[in-house]
Amino acid sequence: MVSSEIDSIIEQYGEKDSAILAILQDIQSKEKYLPKEVLEYVSQKMHIPLPNIFRIATFYNALSIKPRGRYKIDVCLGTACHVRGGNKIMEKFERDLGVSVGETTKDKRFTLESVRCVGCCSLGPVAVVDGKVFGRLAQDKVPALLKEFK
Amino acid sequence: MEIRTKTDLEKMREKGLKSLYPGTTKISVGMATCGLSTGAGKVYEAIQQEVEKAKLPIRLSQTGCIGFCQREPVIDILEPGKPRVFYQGVTPERSVELVHAWLENRVVQDLLLCKMESEDWVTEGIVKDYSIRHIPGGVDGTPHYHQIPFYSKQLKIALRNCGFINPDRIEEYIARGGYFSLYKALFEMKPEEIIEEVKRSGLRGRGGAGFYTGNKWESCRKSKSDRKFVLCNADEGDPGAYMDRSVLEGDPHSVIEGMIIGAFAIGANEGFIYVRDEYPLAIKKLRIALREAEEVGLLGENILGSGFSFRVNLFRGGGAFVCGESTALMASIEGKVGEPRAKHIHTTESGLWDLPSNLNNVETWSNVPVILSRGADWYSRIGTERSKGTKVFSIVGKVNNTGLVEVPMGITLREIVYDVGGGIPDGKKFKAVQTGGPSGGCIPESLIDLPVDFDRLTEVGSMMGSGGMIVMDESTCMVDLAKYFMGFLKSESCGKCTSCREGTKRMHEILTEITEGRGKLEHLDLLEELGWVTAEASLCQLGGTAPNPVLSTIRYFREEYEEHILKKRCPAKVCRALLRYRILSNVCTSCGRCAKVCPAEAITGKKRTKKEKGEPFKIDTEKCIKCGMCFEACKFEAIEVQ
Repeated sequence: MVSSEIDSIIEQYGEKDSAILAILQDIQSKEKYLPKEVLEYVSQKMHIPLPNIFRIATFYNALSIKPRGRYKIDVCLGTACHVRGGNKIMEKFERDLGVSVGETTKDKRFTLESVRCVGCCSLGPVAVVDGKVFGRLAQDKVPALLKEFK
Repeated sequence: MEIRTKTDLEKMREKGLKSLYPGTTKISVGMATCGLSTGAGKVYEAIQQEVEKAKLPIRLSQTGCIGFCQREPVIDILEPGKPRVFYQGVTPERSVELVHAWLENRVVQDLLLCKMESEDWVTEGIVKDYSIRHIPGGVDGTPHYHQIPFYSKQLKIALRNCGFINPDRIEEYIARGGYFSLYKALFEMKPEEIIEEVKRSGLRGRGGAGFYTGNKWESCRKSKSDRKFVLCNADEGDPGAYMDRSVLEGDPHSVIEGMIIGAFAIGANEGFIYVRDEYPLAIKKLRIALREAEEVGLLGENILGSGFSFRVNLFRGGGAFVCGESTALMASIEGKVGEPRAKHIHTTESGLWDLPSNLNNVETWSNVPVILSRGADWYSRIGTERSKGTKVFSIVGKVNNTGLVEVPMGITLREIVYDVGGGIPDGKKFKAVQTGGPSGGCIPESLIDLPVDFDRLTEVGSMMGSGGMIVMDESTCMVDLAKYFMGFLKSESCGKCTSCREGTKRMHEILTEITEGRGKLEHLDLLEELGWVTAEASLCQLGGTAPNPVLSTIRYFREEYEEHILKKRCPAKVCRALLRYRILSNVCTSCGRCAKVCPAEAITGKKRTKKEKGEPFKIDTEKCIKCGMCFEACKFEAIEVQ
């Protein structure tokens, strides 16, 4: 990411310290994660100590300091989906992708994450991939779902 | 068009009425997250294309969630002089069929949900009659909206506009009485009178704690400062709860109006709405609504010429459940990590940036305009002695009618589960209902006649919480459920307090031991002791209520825990380590499907062919990982789970 892009994001928020979460979220939506060099740049530019920035980046689940795949799979593990077998679906994804939850596939295609309740409980079990909601999932529907995302 | 006077507001109302009830047929498609996730977007496009292609005299609009999420996508058709009809489970292909049927003056019966002959404008207490002159073919015999069990016991106040207005059109909100309460507050009432009215209404916070709203406002008003804040907690984090999301997506102005009124009463000129990161559509709808309100002058300087100024900022959460706690939320807005602090000094005295701050939940704010327009007397007649008004619940889980319902406080759990919820599917038996999310507890069958009320729920070891209601049947394991909630709390604990950080971790470990067959009876006493310490010593209510799911399940389902511990059995057949998958050799047809899908290659047998009969398949229990794929694949019910 070019430094001028980061500058304009920071300026958008009036360079306020309190906007650090929003700034990091905007950077992440472009970069897909928060590279160390980018965090170092933000730290210098905003005069916030780097450990403090790392603290924010590791506290909030929405932020990631690890590279992410092209597509993020969020398997819902909310109560309603859990009661309908959500963790079986998660394990199927783990088996088929060869990763554990929180990890990215070697070909950098998918990152598998869990989310707690996207609000589509009557459709449970649910997974959200790249913003698209897949409801009424069963283990045997997972392979076809993965094929949709190249 | 700017709204500077009451006349301007009336003019905007006229504009809204024309938009809500155009002189021609109007079709509204439910486009909240629940609708969109079932394909409402494609339904909208299909209708739009057809209308354009065939040049049909139809106005197409979008609306929020009408609550019956199980039946989405839902659309409604409204034409002057005819009953309003609602269709359910609409697909893009069939939507075109529905449109043409309507133009031929008939309905398509198999997709009909209900009809309406009038509408309730709750804010003003007016019934808008549709003046039916003609009934299309097939509508007779369709149940009325108020007759359907799902809706018949509901009373919508917070959800009054959801599903009935286009949330992107401020004029439609105004047409149904919106922002007139604000006018009344600014010009016909003094701040102290507004606070008194909210106190008299008996409104209690809808986010979970149930603190008396009027008292909170009063305490914030009394705090002396040039700068104060009003905040909206839209960080709805309880898994299974999405009431606030629906209000934000379907009627964001109800929250904004509530906040402006509250700010005026308290003496604040700045506000924040803290929305969960996982709600992108709610964030989008709020941005549109805030911009609209600013453009017409209902937010900003000198609102309606009153001299009162108020601005609202939108703050997007970072995916942390603990930020739903008031002090953690404020720390997050300040640019820090979301760690709560001790509340020896309340946030109404010293909150955001150490200034007086009043935080209320989305649903609480949404009730405020109606309390002002209908009056505290009217509001306090609804509900019970100490729990006034209505509550929005999300009914999910093992129940026929899942969705969002708003019911008067005091309704019994039985009525909610069986009348509104339609009972348990597949003829299974009700086991318990979980209320209050990870901070709440389970309520068993023996207490199902309990009236829903803040205090009654707390008495039995649960709590109202934000309104998530998970219905469970005999196939839900209570030990697994307790483990699930503890796992959630463990990962969401901010880590500040040792008791919560370590307590949730250890309780989760113990519960895992029990579900994996290594439990001991002493573990139950240990859980109770750990639970007590965690609750007592933790600074905020995440740790403070963490033991509730465990303690309430031990209280009401102790035999289930004992069966896991003493007999190494899971009666509900959920805890994987305690299960055995077995193929019934006398039922097996040797089709081989199970072996094909088994990821552990644990199934062997001789497949049946055209020439040979084949032999029953067998599962090698040593290799079996108990994923259940064979069970799901078998079409002959030949696989048994023990």
